[in-house]
Amino acid sequence: MQSPTVMDAEEEDEVLQVLEVCETIEEIREVIVTTIEEDSHNSPPVASSGTGTKPSQDDNWGETTTAVTGTSEHSLSQEDIVRITKDLEDSVGLDCRRYFTLTLAVILGLLVFLTPLAFLVLPYILWPEKLQTCGTACEGLFISVAFKLLILLLAVWALFFRSPRAGLPRVFVFRALLAVLVLLFVMSYWLFYGVRILDTQDENYQGIVQYAVSLVDALLFIHYLAIVLLELRQLQPCFSVSVMRSTDGEKRHYNLGQLSIQRAALAILEHYYCDFPVHNPALLSASKSRAAKHLAGLKVYNVDGEFPASPADGPGNNAAAGMAHSQSRAMIAAAARRRDTSHNELYYEEAEHERRVRKRKARLVVAVEEAFTHIKRMQEEDQKKTPGDVMDPREAAQAIFPSMARALQKYLRTTKQQHCHSMESIQQHLAFCITNNMTPKAFLESYLSAGPTLQYSRNHWLARQWTLISEASVTSGLSDGSIFQLKCVDFSLVVTTKKIPYIQMSEEYIDPKSHKFVLRLQSETSV
Amino acid sequence: MSNFMPGQPLVAVVQRIEIKKLRQGENLILGFSIGGGIDQDPGQNPFSDDKADKGIYVTRITPGGPADAANLRMGDKIMQVNGYDMTMMTHDQARKRLTQKKEDVVRLLVTRKSLEEAVKTSMGGCYPRQ
Repeated sequence: MQSPTVMDAEEEDEVLQVLEVCETIEEIREVIVTTIEEDSHNSPPVASSGTGTKPSQDDNWGETTTAVTGTSEHSLSQEDIVRITKDLEDSVGLDCRRYFTLTLAVILGLLVFLTPLAFLVLPYILWPEKLQTCGTACEGLFISVAFKLLILLLAVWALFFRSPRAGLPRVFVFRALLAVLVLLFVMSYWLFYGVRILDTQDENYQGIVQYAVSLVDALLFIHYLAIVLLELRQLQPCFSVSVMRSTDGEKRHYNLGQLSIQRAALAILEHYYCDFPVHNPALLSASKSRAAKHLAGLKVYNVDGEFPASPADGPGNNAAAGMAHSQSRAMIAAAARRRDTSHNELYYEEAEHERRVRKRKARLVVAVEEAFTHIKRMQEEDQKKTPGDVMDPREAAQAIFPSMARALQKYLRTTKQQHCHSMESIQQHLAFCITNNMTPKAFLESYLSAGPTLQYSRNHWLARQWTLISEASVTSGLSDGSIFQLKCVDFSLVVTTKKIPYIQMSEEYIDPKSHKFVLRLQSETSV
Repeated sequence: MSNFMPGQPLVAVVQRIEIKKLRQGENLILGFSIGGGIDQDPGQNPFSDDKADKGIYVTRITPGGPADAANLRMGDKIMQVNGYDMTMMTHDQARKRLTQKKEDVVRLLVTRKSLEEAVKTSMGGCYPRQ
């Protein structure tokens, strides 16, 4: 990357020159930041007045400088490219696995449903003449088999046939166990049937029907087991997990039951999309630039000229490591000793920013209220009076939008939210508010505070690809003190768990008649 | 008057006061009012140092009455009446003790803060405090 040349603060075309030189937009971002910092340092000696000037950030600088605030509508940063390639790679593998499990489940389901019917039908096909006729009790059992199969069908449909919410990294242990159990069970029934009934060609048809009924009963009980293991066990909250976003420290707490780590991660991610305010990388640029300034302040020069030789064993390596250690220690000591006034700058900068935000908010509120007075809902009598400009909500929104557009845009730029809301989405929201008779304050609320991630357009929660980083196996259960991370391209969520304690409660009986009171006496008697 | 430890003997500087009862019609009056007692609320006593002190205190003196003449002062704690201990008495028992119809004279042992101060200064600081 070429080093930025020193330039005057007002020359925006020279800023554009630097744009062409660098390769990716990420680098451009950093270049712009450091250039403007250097401008602020260099301007006092250049300017003739020589008074101590603040960094030249007037109200208009956001509009005239280009490519300052990150990605514009059509740019593509390095992060986006990484994200897209990851999506392409992983989509193929995931589909294969999903189809595989789907086919296995369908085969198992068919096996389970057709087995009782096969038990009932096979004797009639294979040895019809030997079979005893089915009496009343036997036919009653037919009805029972039919209805139990129907109930089983509905129950399996309700529990298992739901569109999958997510693709988890490891197999779902309980489901696999249940599938194996069902398979073993059905196999053992077939084995018994094959040996004792098919081979010997048993004539007692009622016994066969009762056998089929017992199979269906046992299948219903296995389904009950499935409900308990898959659904009921994790309903009761057992752990309190705290989820913290790594970039800005947003923290939430949730109560989860006894889940495996991957299922807990899934639950946490679903809560994340609903609860956490949207991730805004533009808000972090200030601290990054401060950190860059800290690092750039000091440089270590080796005056004695002792360069470590090629890595020798023993003392040679120690000398090289020791020199690196002493260098870093020297830097830390010098940084501590240097009289750092960056806290002062931070304080004044934040106060100034706060004031600017409030001023823009005031202008915005006034502009929006004024814009909303320009339209009103058409009443019946108006239709007779002025059959002229009748608009639907979209047109009404487009009509009043220009009068508030500038104030809204300035406000979003000041609070660094402008990439979250496109013009189209703002107009849609305005039409929505007009249709539902909302006040200007209600329209503005969604811009004044950051909402949860789900409320924004799809490209803001593009991070559907999450990586679970955990030291314990992801199919093991949550335990007290387990820590894992959910990483996406831009940030990561760090999750810690704490067990809800065991509560020992005792009782104390109070007789209602024992509530008695006396007056406080203070009497004075003369003697 | 303060620092009473239950079960331990109480040491206090007391003054003997003898009051002759005055006959007013049917009654013999002493000319002062008492407050306090073990059945009363000690926190409301304005004269005691220790707000847990449930003793009998003189709350009012009728000016010109027999008690006033005998130099009884407001805020005095009555320790004994005619030999009977008054520190652990209910309010009513104390009243009865003071208004015995058969007695013409009551001999009180009273204590007050200023007595202790006076003794301390007169003995020059060698007063063994409880």
